[in-house]
Amino acid sequence: MEKKALRSVQKLVVIGGSSGSLEALLTMLPKLRADLPLGVVIVLHRNNQSDNALVELFASRTSLIVKEADEKDILKAGTIYIAPPDYHLLLEQDGSLSLDASAKVNFSRPSIDVTFSSAAAVFGKYLTGILLSGANSDGANGMAIIKKKGGRIIVQDPNEALVAYMPARAIKENDVEEVFGALELAELINSISN
Amino acid sequence: MIAPDELEALLLDILEHYGYDFTGYSRASLTRRVHAFFVKERFKNYAAFRERMLESNIYFIHFVEEVTVNVTEMFRDPGFYKTLRENILPVLATYPFIRIWHAGCSTGEEVYSMAIILKEAGLLQKSLLYATDLNQRVLEKAKAGIFPMSQMRLNSENYLHSGGRQEFSGYYTANYNFARFDKSLSDKMVFSTHNLVSDSSFNEFQLILCRNVLIYFDRELQARVLQLFDRSLDSLGFLALGSKESLKFSAIAPYYSQIENKEKIWRKKR
Repeated sequence: MEKKALRSVQKLVVIGGSSGSLEALLTMLPKLRADLPLGVVIVLHRNNQSDNALVELFASRTSLIVKEADEKDILKAGTIYIAPPDYHLLLEQDGSLSLDASAKVNFSRPSIDVTFSSAAAVFGKYLTGILLSGANSDGANGMAIIKKKGGRIIVQDPNEALVAYMPARAIKENDVEEVFGALELAELINSISN
Repeated sequence: MIAPDELEALLLDILEHYGYDFTGYSRASLTRRVHAFFVKERFKNYAAFRERMLESNIYFIHFVEEVTVNVTEMFRDPGFYKTLRENILPVLATYPFIRIWHAGCSTGEEVYSMAIILKEAGLLQKSLLYATDLNQRVLEKAKAGIFPMSQMRLNSENYLHSGGRQEFSGYYTANYNFARFDKSLSDKMVFSTHNLVSDSSFNEFQLILCRNVLIYFDRELQARVLQLFDRSLDSLGFLALGSKESLKFSAIAPYYSQIENKEKIWRKKR
């Protein structure tokens, strides 16, 4: 299924988060190694004001490149792509990004489920999905699909998460084995080799 | 789930059978929506799906309506409409007659938004708004000018943020769960099916709006559609795209300049 040679990066980490996840990300980002050989996509629930504040905030905390995802962007290793407000972010088979302004999923656009399941269809076992703090059930279905396609699923420890509902829900529904705090999550991402 | 090669076969069958060409659509999003349709309609397998699709024109129209994205709202991205009001309409006001094309208008919310700002600028009487979509059903909804009441709070908030100063509820009559928009707005609208993939230029306009349509197309189709818009724009006309769409990298880019603020509006240089 996974046509390895066709994609611009071989492995992808997709991180989803809702309320309380910003804090976790601000802890994780400074710890990520500068020569990360993976693509990183972040899907956050946020208000619809399209501005660069979030990109700038993240960029100030990491030596990796941070950009808001544009349609047809080709994934590059060592770059962090943020889903733009009010669009779903999907992955194409060649590892490029697509945007979709269709209906909200789980009351959310971008929806974590949409990106997780789309990424799972392209990256299969080379995908790692990480779900952070949140008050919504978005992400739980997407994690099930990542798992089904052979990918790895990791959840922020609900005891540490500012809002436990979303990670707790994902753990309950998916029998997640890997549950970690934000600092350990960064270490885990660093340890994924090419 | 439909396998990628099954989807490709289906797209070719649809093209041959109905003349609708979806082969230039971005696959991730199209696959997701075709799959959702497949599940919703409870097909057992691809063969059954394909057979149903090819046996009935009515069913195919239903399919088109379901797999094309028809999510829209009035004054979506209020800052964009504010820019239209403040920077673009004053230019259009200098023309004796204003022709505007909403390409891919879906259920028409943006066309009514445009009619409202034209009316408030005193320009609606000399304007004509052409609203097209490949999808017959959504055009019928657009023509009727009847929208769910549940959307009106969002629409009204957007309207205010776009610089609207009137009472938004003055533009419609509330009727149970629906809002019927004033006929004086739709009098200046012309609705017609038009497929950006296969149909040609049909007039010349001073302003073309095509927002959140190109994101569903691959690069080649995007390029073709932009050429179509280029052929359909008067010199010094305006082209407005969605907030994540751009003329950057396109062949027509050298002949256009983006307006000064960051909204996705380009002006044809000559």
